Amino acid sequence: MLAHSVKRVVGAVPTLFILITLAFFMMRLAPGGPFDAEKALAPEVQANLDRIYHLDEPLPAQYARYLGNVVRGDLGPSFQYQDWTVNELIARGLPVSLRLGVTALVLALLLGVTAGTLAALRQNAATDHAVMTAAMTGISIPNFVMAPLLILVFAVWLGWLPAGGWSGGALRNMLLPVVVLTLPLVAYIARLTRGSMIEVLRSDYIRTARAKGLPERTVVLRHALRPALLPVVSFLGPAIAALLSGSLVVEQIFGLPGIGRYFVQGALNRDYTLVMGVVIFYGSLVIVMNVIVDLVYAWLDPKVRY
Amino acid sequence: MRRLHPAVVLLLCAFAAVAGCGERERADGPPASVLHRGNAFEPETLDPHRVRSVETFNIIRDLYEGLIAEQPGGELGPGVAETWTVSEDGLTWRFRLRDNARWSNGDAVTAEDFAWSLRRAVHPDTGSYYAQMLSVIEDISVPEPGVLVLHLSGPTPYLPGLLAQPIAYPVHRATVETHGERFTRPGLNVSNGAYRIVEWEAHSHVRVERNLYYWNDERTRIHAVVFHPIEAESTELARYRAGDLHMTRTIPVQQYEWLQRNLSDELHVTPYLSTYFYGFNLTKPPFQGNLPLRKALSLAIDREVLAEQVVGSGEVPAYAWVTPGIDNYETQRPEWADWPRDQRLAEARRLYAEAGYSARNPLRVELRYNTAESHRRIAVAIASMWREQLGVEATLHNEEWQVFLNSRQSQQLEVYRSGWVGDYNDANTFAEAMMSTHGLNDMGWKNEEYDQLVVAAGRERDPAARRELLEQAERLLLSEYPVMPIYYYVSKALVKPTVGGYVPNVMNVHPSRHLYLRD
Amino acid sequence: MAGSESQVLSDAWHRLRRNRAAVVAAAILAAITLLALFAPALSPHPYDHTYWDKVSIAPTLSDGHLFGTDAVGRDLFVRTLHGGRISLLVGIAATLVSLLIGVGWGATAGYLGGRVDAVMMRIVDILYAIPFVFLVILLMVAFGRNILLIFIAIGAIKWLDMARIVRGQTLSLKRREFVEAAQAAGVSSFAIIRRHIVPNLLGVVAVYVTLTIPQVILIESFLSFLGLGVQEPSTSWGLLVADGAREMQNAPWMLLFPALFLAVTLFCFNFIGDGLRDALDPKDR
Repeated sequence: MLAHSVKRVVGAVPTLFILITLAFFMMRLAPGGPFDAEKALAPEVQANLDRIYHLDEPLPAQYARYLGNVVRGDLGPSFQYQDWTVNELIARGLPVSLRLGVTALVLALLLGVTAGTLAALRQNAATDHAVMTAAMTGISIPNFVMAPLLILVFAVWLGWLPAGGWSGGALRNMLLPVVVLTLPLVAYIARLTRGSMIEVLRSDYIRTARAKGLPERTVVLRHALRPALLPVVSFLGPAIAALLSGSLVVEQIFGLPGIGRYFVQGALNRDYTLVMGVVIFYGSLVIVMNVIVDLVYAWLDPKVRY
Repeated sequence: MRRLHPAVVLLLCAFAAVAGCGERERADGPPASVLHRGNAFEPETLDPHRVRSVETFNIIRDLYEGLIAEQPGGELGPGVAETWTVSEDGLTWRFRLRDNARWSNGDAVTAEDFAWSLRRAVHPDTGSYYAQMLSVIEDISVPEPGVLVLHLSGPTPYLPGLLAQPIAYPVHRATVETHGERFTRPGLNVSNGAYRIVEWEAHSHVRVERNLYYWNDERTRIHAVVFHPIEAESTELARYRAGDLHMTRTIPVQQYEWLQRNLSDELHVTPYLSTYFYGFNLTKPPFQGNLPLRKALSLAIDREVLAEQVVGSGEVPAYAWVTPGIDNYETQRPEWADWPRDQRLAEARRLYAEAGYSARNPLRVELRYNTAESHRRIAVAIASMWREQLGVEATLHNEEWQVFLNSRQSQQLEVYRSGWVGDYNDANTFAEAMMSTHGLNDMGWKNEEYDQLVVAAGRERDPAARRELLEQAERLLLSEYPVMPIYYYVSKALVKPTVGGYVPNVMNVHPSRHLYLRD
Repeated sequence: MAGSESQVLSDAWHRLRRNRAAVVAAAILAAITLLALFAPALSPHPYDHTYWDKVSIAPTLSDGHLFGTDAVGRDLFVRTLHGGRISLLVGIAATLVSLLIGVGWGATAGYLGGRVDAVMMRIVDILYAIPFVFLVILLMVAFGRNILLIFIAIGAIKWLDMARIVRGQTLSLKRREFVEAAQAAGVSSFAIIRRHIVPNLLGVVAVYVTLTIPQVILIESFLSFLGLGVQEPSTSWGLLVADGAREMQNAPWMLLFPALFLAVTLFCFNFIGDGLRDALDPKDR
């Protein structure tokens, strides 16, 4: 199993390479450069900056230089935030994004699986309808509507929570962003769990277990939950991707110092190195998560063995 | 359940590990002597010579002090220079530095520091956006300790305004030479202003605390200032209302009326040295050589509606290029600006026909702007006014900033949105921007007479004669319609009643050293 | 030979019609679509006309501004429906793009099997791990906002799921007797895929389509929120909602109506998708 996961991670290198290459050339194809301003720079200053940042070299040479630096772990200087290197910016932003993302994911799993299981057990009863309607609502309201709404209610009207900011990751600052990130995931996970749980509960071995007179609680928790979680685990890959794009919105609206907002800002300001840095980081994260998901899947599903 | 436990435990461990790595929680609400200011976005740099945005200037102004410094109302006065004299021909300026000026590490601020810093500021390797501002300085010398002499290429009555800009601030030579680009970091940076930097968390905040070596430290009343980069205006407002901020940088335009009704005591709307305008590309048809068309389009828009209803947060309709509120200058006004609207429209239709267009053969033009809600509103409104009044078929095209700049500078567009913020309180900062060689002039407007008038004004020592030259230049500019001024910006801010010493001013500068917090 | 299949579909159709939630959702969706297509023509207000004297007015019956006006005085009723056209168009077109690529890719891989299948699905795996949203954003930045580009780009992300699902279905269809009969009769692989495999995938595809359209609409609105959506004066629900969110406090109607239309539409698609899935699920029989 270890050998397999190492193989999977190594196998992901071409994926990362494709991603880096696509992102690199797309960024460079975009019109405009990082030093453009409303009042254009004096030509000699522009030439000097281009020389310092190697922007005067042909594109393939820049690409080769960049790849070489990435292999050595150097993501280069940021163009937009001139006093920082991309490594420093990511090192500072990553803990924030990770903390938000992991908290949201854990919460979504706990709430989603619980709600989905309850709905499945009371199929077509009031609980079921309530859970599923709530889930639908969670899916149907975009996060950029949810976020300002929550700010308006909880920060501005009620004054219970801060309207934004990070304050070193205080719980009160994390609450609203985490809720916005979590809701749609809870919804998806609850739906998935409900569907697969209903299916599993109808299967022969559950009938057998019930026939043996085992208490319902034991039947559900010991026998049904594990197979019912399989689709949820496969959903984790897309869930990570959803969290990442959600973080772009949430970090912007709540003004959080994570790396998600670097991406959009960096892309708009032609901060080539910063955008590439975020792409590499998020790309690696998605790849590693997919490997972990495979492992968890294998662990849950006795049919898959390496 | 027992068999699932490892998964749950694993997840909880991950959660705890990540959750545990945060910093300490801060005290609730701003403590008494700490000022919290909303400040738009993450500083691009805190190097005074490379900084680009007026928002970051707010932080730089607290950290550093130039020869000349802004006084509480924004007017200019002595900074590190205690006194100065100007030679008869206006070409030699002699500054005497105060002998108690200190860097934040206790070193004396010397005339050599200024000489070295001014040279660094204009050196191409520094990559400064504002180096051109100092181009009037031909030579710098230090004839005796504590005296700095600047020799200029022309008499420059607005030199104090230039010297109060970050580009002319001193940086600590030893620190820059030792740490290179990292010299702006907390722990490394040495500055000479009322504050020194103590924390800089990218995208979270910049915290500065009083510089005990500052020559005027006894007058500093606020102990620490925290600048919060908050991009979304609505978020900034929400945080202000929630009590996280004492001052905002701006307000969401949409909330203007609501704020006027509910927070009018805390809302400050002040004229600002900045003009919002549209430029016509004069290097290509349809605007090349077509003065009647440009004039027709300029007459056809209703600036009152645009400024008051479409933007609607105190902006002033603009009929001229130079903003009101500039010292020693009279705001220009074309004759038609005082006509009733019907007469203007009739004239606009006549000119439109003269330019060769009609209902059968309407002008088809593309209007380009950079992506932003406020620009979009103006563009939609102007296109609609042109269509209603003249039958112009205008299409809208928005591009994000860098793409837009590229299209502008390569003159690939027809009509485009632009704006200009004066660097200092003198008409020259506006006049210069329309010269044929200036970086803002993407219209491709070249008028030798205009360039000569502005150059002549730069050589003129007599204030009245100089003013006459600049006003004459602007009238010439306005008669040619390379640009269509739309409105004059205002600066808008919310300031808590507990903040004292806040004086609204046209430069919109509010150094923290002049402010205080009431109990 | 496909008789049994059409029997399955007609059974499913009966089951679907008995699912009240799905039927109601379909009716609402049809109503919204018809409104979006035809109502703008019936309204006296063009979607891009500015009423200077009526900037940001609340909903009123008297002038026919049923949903009020926006910040530059344009009728929001017409703009909401116009935005609906664009959102639905993007949703359907992008889903079709993903459908074409996904069905083609998945059916081919599944039917041919062996090494071809391994290579094709390996490619899908590699692409799957790429966070495409980032590339779509870069694409919009690099080539400017363009509605065609938006749905091609979104379609290009979404086909991966489709390919996986279709491949799985094809693998099981391949072993069915009517396919084996065709193979025995010497029909070419391409013809079998086209005539026998693809038509029998309809059920799965239908479920997938109804569940993908709302996702695409959401991606489009996400791009609009980031300022990378369609060009003025055209609009989409995403753009209207993003604008409305800014005006939420002083002009709640600017958010309310577009958000309602967007949410209800997403709701309906999801209900229909669920209904379809239940109806097609053989275990329910």
